[in-house]
Amino acid sequence: MIKILKNLSPYKWVVLTVVVLVFGQTIAELFLPTLMADIIDNGVIKGDIPYIWRIGGWMLVVSAIGAIAAVFASFYSAKAAMGMGRDLRQKVFKHVGQFSLQEFDEVGTASLITRTTNDITQVQQVVIMMLRMVISAPIMLVGGVIMAVSKDAQLSLVIIGAMPVLAISILLILKYGMPLFQEVQQRLDGLNLVVRENLTGIRVIRAFNRETEEKARLQGANRELADVSIKVNKVMAFLMPVMMLVMNMTVVAVIWFGGIRINNGAMQIGDLMAFIQYVMMIMFALVMASFMFVMVPRAAVSARRINEVLEMKPAFTNDGTAKADRRRGTLEFEDVSFYYPGAEEPALSNISFTAKPGEITALIGGTGSGKSTLVNLVPRFYDVKSGTIRVNGVDIREASQQEVRSKIGFVPQKSILFTGTIADNIRFGKQDANQQEMDHAASIAQATEFINQIEGGYAAEIEQGGSNLSGGQKQRLSIARALIRKPDLYIFDDSFSALDFKTDAKLRKALKNETKNATVLLVAQRVSTVVDADRIIVLEKGKVVGMGTHKELLESNEVYREIALSQLSEEEIA
Amino acid sequence: MSRMGPPHGGASMPAEKAKDFKGTFRRLVSYLKPRRKKLAAVFLVAILSTVFAIVGPKIMGMAITELFEGAYGQLQGVPGGGVDFGVIGQILAILAGLYLFSSLFSYIQQYMMSTVAQDTVYDLRQDVNKKLGKLPLMYFDGRPNGETLSRMTNDIDTIGSTLQQSLTQFITSIVTIVGILVMMLTISPLLTLIAVVSLPLSLFVIGPILKRSQKYFSSQQKNLGRLNGHVEEMYTGHQVVKAFGHEAKSNEQFDAVNEELYDAGRKAQFISGIIMPMMTLIGNLSYVLISVVGGILVTQRAISIGDIQAFITYSKQFTQPITQTANIANIIQSTVAAAERVFELLDEQEEVEEVTTSVLARAKGAVAFEDVDFGYGKDLLIENMNIDVRPGQTVAIVGPTGAGKTTLINLLMRFYELNGGRITIDGLDSREMSRHKLRQNFGMVLQDTWLFNGTIRDNIAYGKNGATEEEILAAAEAARADHFIRTLPDGYDTVLNQEVSNISQGQKQLLTIARAILADPPIMILDEATSSVDTRTEILIQQAMNRLMEGRTSFVIAHRLSTIKDADLILVMDQGKVIEQGTHQQLLDKDGFYADLYHSQFSEKVAV
Ligand SMILES: Nc1ncnc2c1ncn2[C@@H]1O[C@H](COP(=O)(O)OP(=O)(O)OP(=O)(O)O)[C@@H](O)[C@H]1O
Ligand SMILES: Nc1ncnc2c1ncn2[C@@H]1O[C@H](COP(=O)(O)OP(=O)(O)OP(=O)(O)O)[C@@H](O)[C@H]1O
Ligand SMILES: [Mg+2]
Ligand SMILES: [Mg+2]
Repeated sequence: MIKILKNLSPYKWVVLTVVVLVFGQTIAELFLPTLMADIIDNGVIKGDIPYIWRIGGWMLVVSAIGAIAAVFASFYSAKAAMGMGRDLRQKVFKHVGQFSLQEFDEVGTASLITRTTNDITQVQQVVIMMLRMVISAPIMLVGGVIMAVSKDAQLSLVIIGAMPVLAISILLILKYGMPLFQEVQQRLDGLNLVVRENLTGIRVIRAFNRETEEKARLQGANRELADVSIKVNKVMAFLMPVMMLVMNMTVVAVIWFGGIRINNGAMQIGDLMAFIQYVMMIMFALVMASFMFVMVPRAAVSARRINEVLEMKPAFTNDGTAKADRRRGTLEFEDVSFYYPGAEEPALSNISFTAKPGEITALIGGTGSGKSTLVNLVPRFYDVKSGTIRVNGVDIREASQQEVRSKIGFVPQKSILFTGTIADNIRFGKQDANQQEMDHAASIAQATEFINQIEGGYAAEIEQGGSNLSGGQKQRLSIARALIRKPDLYIFDDSFSALDFKTDAKLRKALKNETKNATVLLVAQRVSTVVDADRIIVLEKGKVVGMGTHKELLESNEVYREIALSQLSEEEIA
Repeated sequence: MSRMGPPHGGASMPAEKAKDFKGTFRRLVSYLKPRRKKLAAVFLVAILSTVFAIVGPKIMGMAITELFEGAYGQLQGVPGGGVDFGVIGQILAILAGLYLFSSLFSYIQQYMMSTVAQDTVYDLRQDVNKKLGKLPLMYFDGRPNGETLSRMTNDIDTIGSTLQQSLTQFITSIVTIVGILVMMLTISPLLTLIAVVSLPLSLFVIGPILKRSQKYFSSQQKNLGRLNGHVEEMYTGHQVVKAFGHEAKSNEQFDAVNEELYDAGRKAQFISGIIMPMMTLIGNLSYVLISVVGGILVTQRAISIGDIQAFITYSKQFTQPITQTANIANIIQSTVAAAERVFELLDEQEEVEEVTTSVLARAKGAVAFEDVDFGYGKDLLIENMNIDVRPGQTVAIVGPTGAGKTTLINLLMRFYELNGGRITIDGLDSREMSRHKLRQNFGMVLQDTWLFNGTIRDNIAYGKNGATEEEILAAAEAARADHFIRTLPDGYDTVLNQEVSNISQGQKQLLTIARAILADPPIMILDEATSSVDTRTEILIQQAMNRLMEGRTSFVIAHRLSTIKDADLILVMDQGKVIEQGTHQQLLDKDGFYADLYHSQFSEKVAV
């Protein structure tokens, strides 16, 4: 929590202003009971109306000052707390932006989202409460005690007696309440997870007739949440009544002991009234403080979650400065090995090859052989364990990630689209692209036809994740998005899988002209797709088991032969 | 003495306006009906607790008057003067008792309310839960999941906390206002009049402030939603965002929304923060006025000093419940708005009512489309489609992208309702049987894999209720998933992470195939189920499938024509129509669309 509060430092002057203002406001509030007592002692009892007016006037002036201070305090505290929230959100969002895929795997996207928004909102809410209360509560407490003691030191012993009772009861309640609060949060997460899975998996759930089980699962999560919520609320139900009771009993005691002192002539009746006001003020301060006790630990849970993200260093640094344009259109792997975090076996071992401009390098291999892994290393989504990758002749660790990625047109295995129009999605690859460039990219990606057919054409709206498009349509847009960049290096990760053969062939033909000065790295399952590649790399269990042209491999490589045979009959191969 | 409500989250809630306030409110209240006895008890206890707390100052005033008179008498040297501690002790004992009861009742009230509130929340969530099972897929298509999710969690939560805190606070505030008014009237009608004058004044001051803060709160909430949307999308697509160097643009968009959020939030907090000082100021103003008039009354001996004390205590307490009531009115508004969002979901049109006139146990597998029409929107995608599949046939569906292949499957599974025509299974209209029975006859592997955060074993076992370990292993074996699963460090107990990103795309497909095999249905549907699986594995799966599918009907969508060649019936689709059908050989002889498609995969070969 403290660490998070450091984010207030840009607002230290604002916070200081708030402190001063709240201080002023609190002093004004402390001053009021004295004036009120004076009005009663010297005015009301004696019937001195002009006196009441005079002191009443002062009282109004003081309370107006207090009100003005409070208004300004509200202004500045809102500014500081909301400003901090804004900065924090920005910080987290930027920070997460630097994460490699490794950190995303680790924390989970859903959790990162809540941490960026919900958790920060929680903290922000508490900060504003703190600015308004935490400052005024101690001032009120101390001020109230001082004023009370100055009115009557002996009677103040009553307050001293009441405080431990209050403190102990609050602590007891919190002791039982806090773990429950944490539990509520966890079970809410649980409910969230079940609902989310129910929504994303709706087709599968219905297809497998699992509605009843899912309903029961959700009901279970719901029941658990309700049960613990009831528990926590039952514990917290003690808080207010207990505090009110302690406070009221203190007042009763004050009247009793005050009465004795008045009877002895040691105290005036107006003073007793003022004293009661102070008692209430002190208790009020304690009540506020107890709210802080309740709220801060809850926010602390959020703060910890935020800190976890902020403290998470991207697995590797991004401090290269070189320009990636030494030998354009080339890609080199030199003895590259890679492990996924925590894995014992390497996902890739000792990969070496060189691709020159105009060449097509194809990756082929069984499911889980490491093709996507290899391809993901090039834009530095993960960092190699050993060895070197050079894009345009430059070690990708020596140039900035942005620099390297700007040379690459990447088509991932799973098509990811964004909310917006079709044009927005294609232009994602090149923000200042004009209509001509878009048309061109779409036509190579074989997307023109369906774009023209769809109502709205380029302006047609795509829903989140592209849910209103067919599988092949999504894939084509994702290809067009890469093509529009005219990069030095094209990467296609099994990107033609949802295309029929005819389209696949047409696309590759059109692509040929595009990539004269660039190099192409493509992952494929179809032999027909890789048949005219300059270099086919056969991967198995993360190792290169063969490299060469279609012809060479057919003759010399058993694995490749098997793959080819699984798709074509003997005579077709020959 | 004074009642301090806990600082309710109300100030931070969106003050959205409900469209039909009354109707929604009534419906929300109807959720409390099953608990009306408890609720009535809560109200009774709340009223008692408040009344006791209100009577307090009056009695305290009596004690002070007693004190004052005693002390005054002693001062004047009246014989027998001095404070009568017996009387004061009695009064204070009564006072202590009152406070004790007040606290006790207040505790009982909150204790009972926590059950009432959370049980209501539970019921609401259950209703949504049941509803989700009845909504058609159309509903989920056009809506971000976050939206539905938020209704289920955030909106219902809002209702819960309002029930827990604000509802009883509202009651106690009203009781307090009335009670204080009564008490003040019993002390001095004249002073009461002065105190009451502050009422319209404060309403006059707070009204406009509340209205403005409402505006900013709803703007804050809206911007928070937008920000959430942006964050969600950018995090979900982070790989692409990075690959295309979109970080700067995305940060820019984020900053813009974030700034608007800051602006709205700052204003909302500021404005809601000035209500209290304003009320205090007005309260103090009336305090002075009361003092002045009180002073005059005291000189005329028209009122006792204790009564003045009591009255002043009351008048100070007067503003607080008013502020609270105003605040709660605001909270109730946003709660009703939240409830409206929940009810909106509950009122969504459900899937067509099930008719169960036909009973289908285990289908033989004859499937027919008769004059089927369908469209996702107004325009028809599929028009007048006729297909006839005999039991045990393997049907392949091919065609260019967007032809409607997946749509066909969706209709078969009855995920969407037809616009016209009918689909029959074993000659029975699929609309005349329960969806459950219908789907029991299908096993399906979709283009988009869906796996959940859990072990690999659980993910496969999803295909069949109460599947045994042997069955699971056999299914994994048939789907050729067993091998890769065994190479994982934890084998079948490997937990798929939340993104399901720790296995490869093809491996995901193998798991979904295993799941469908485990289900052991008479009709199998494979929609590009092996598109990311390497061809060697694919052939092995196919052989296993062929064995499994002996005598069962299957529908296969695939682009690799090698997968399709041996099908009993090939349907060639384009633009929502079946343009050719027949066996591989028949279609090649026909030399049409299919033949063209088939030959295209070898056209390049010539060059090699
Ligand atoms: N949920 C949906 N809402 C609106 N339109 C949709 C939806 N799903 C698909 N469409 C549209 O319906 C048409 C047919 O889509 P469908 O998914 O059936 O194609 P497909 O033949 O399976 O293609 P592919 O081979 O690319 O998977 C497409 O134009 C698509 O944009
Ligand atoms: N994020 C990850 N964390 C841990 N292990 C992973 C991760 N991603 C992949 N793996 C493992 O690494 C191996 C290689 O996966 P990869 O995705 O590179 O396969 P692939 O060749 O692309 O397969 P496919 O053809 O199915 O897409 C697989 O065994 C997989 O389980
Ligand atoms: Mg892959
Ligand atoms: Mg499809």
